[in-house]
Amino acid sequence: MNGIHDMGGMHGMGPIEREKNEPVFHARWEARVYALNRATGMWGKWNLDASRHSREVIAPAEYLRMSYYEKWLEGTITLLVQTGMITRAELESGKPAQGSVKATPRLTPAMVPQLVSRGIPAIREGAAPPRFQAGQRVRARNMHPVGHTRLPRYARGKFGVIERDHGAYVFPDTNAAFQGEKPQHVYSVRFAARELWGEQASARDSIYIDMWDDYLEHA
Amino acid sequence: MDMSRRGFIAAAGAAAGGDSAHAEEHAHAHQAVPSDPALRTKALESLLVEKGLVDPKALDALIDTFEHKVGPRNGARVVARAWVDPAYKQRLMTNASAAIAELGYSGLQGEHMLVIENTPKVHNLVVCTLCSCYPWPVLGLPPVWYKSAPYRSRAVIDPRGVLREFGLDLADDVEVRVWDSTAELRYLVLPERPAGSEKLTEEQLATLVTRDAMVGVAKVALPGEGARA
Repeated sequence: MNGIHDMGGMHGMGPIEREKNEPVFHARWEARVYALNRATGMWGKWNLDASRHSREVIAPAEYLRMSYYEKWLEGTITLLVQTGMITRAELESGKPAQGSVKATPRLTPAMVPQLVSRGIPAIREGAAPPRFQAGQRVRARNMHPVGHTRLPRYARGKFGVIERDHGAYVFPDTNAAFQGEKPQHVYSVRFAARELWGEQASARDSIYIDMWDDYLEHA
Repeated sequence: MDMSRRGFIAAAGAAAGGDSAHAEEHAHAHQAVPSDPALRTKALESLLVEKGLVDPKALDALIDTFEHKVGPRNGARVVARAWVDPAYKQRLMTNASAAIAELGYSGLQGEHMLVIENTPKVHNLVVCTLCSCYPWPVLGLPPVWYKSAPYRSRAVIDPRGVLREFGLDLADDVEVRVWDSTAELRYLVLPERPAGSEKLTEEQLATLVTRDAMVGVAKVALPGEGARA
């Protein structure tokens, strides 16, 4: 979706504000939101791409107003409600409704080290062969899907060169919509800064963007 | 304040172990804020725990991991090893995930790692314009500025301006490469080893390597020097 989250190249967002000796979390609730997001994600009711999309659908004005973990909180609640794990009424009352879901396995403390150290790989074997090879000139498709995509707007329709083939990965556009993983090759594609931004950019500089086969066409 | 919000605040207050009058008072003090995320989080956690869906001790374990066990010290050890051990550096550049795992770092948001090397003529900078992708096993969770609209919007269109804001003024003949983390690959910048560090041990070198240098918004400096171009 052409949402506010797709920020590359926007102006007017102000200076970059840094904090010395920044804590990992600025408040206990931020830490709880972070952990709740991970723990509920373990149920397999949704996936990483759906989780990202749940934050992208926050209305633009709210997205800009909210702190980072406020967005995570709202996204997590959206997914919990969409998948029927909680209802808005339960959240307001703080009490489970009669006969509500209870059966899903939960993340235990003993499972945490393995979850953290193994992660959740997105690479897949047995995908379709790559459509492109290193050194080939390509064009990012001019596409504007209303759902989740990881093709940033600033690159659409632009010409680049395949730098390397990373292997095949889960395709976010279908995975976020629960329409299957559709694994396909992902490439590092190099775009000259001037191809993206015109004469104001340095002729020496490049932007490297990771792109799936379905985002690219021959040029 | 509408009824649903009042009901929510009262429930959250009860869930927090306080009385609802106190919660109301608290809410009154923050009426300018549309919803208090601390109370909303408490209400959500209490509900999920009561439903048997979440074990609060598992949440504690996750938080402890990312507050105390994972962070930029991990990445600094990887960088220092690469500086002193050419064979390790070779492995790091060709199969970063495996080389990083040799030092015991792996997993969530670092499943598919790539290392990009800074040289006197090439400077690399990492961003995630679409959200907040960042290599957790080696750098921990990202700082607020990395996730903020100003950094995400400007790193790709004005990387040299962004670097100047971080105090790094690159010469015109240095090539800047910006890496937008749009897929599941996660990037770690291998900074240049500072001149004059030849006599330092691997451990001493690791103490010099900063998070910012491994994101590509700074260089590594010897103690007492500014981290400048």
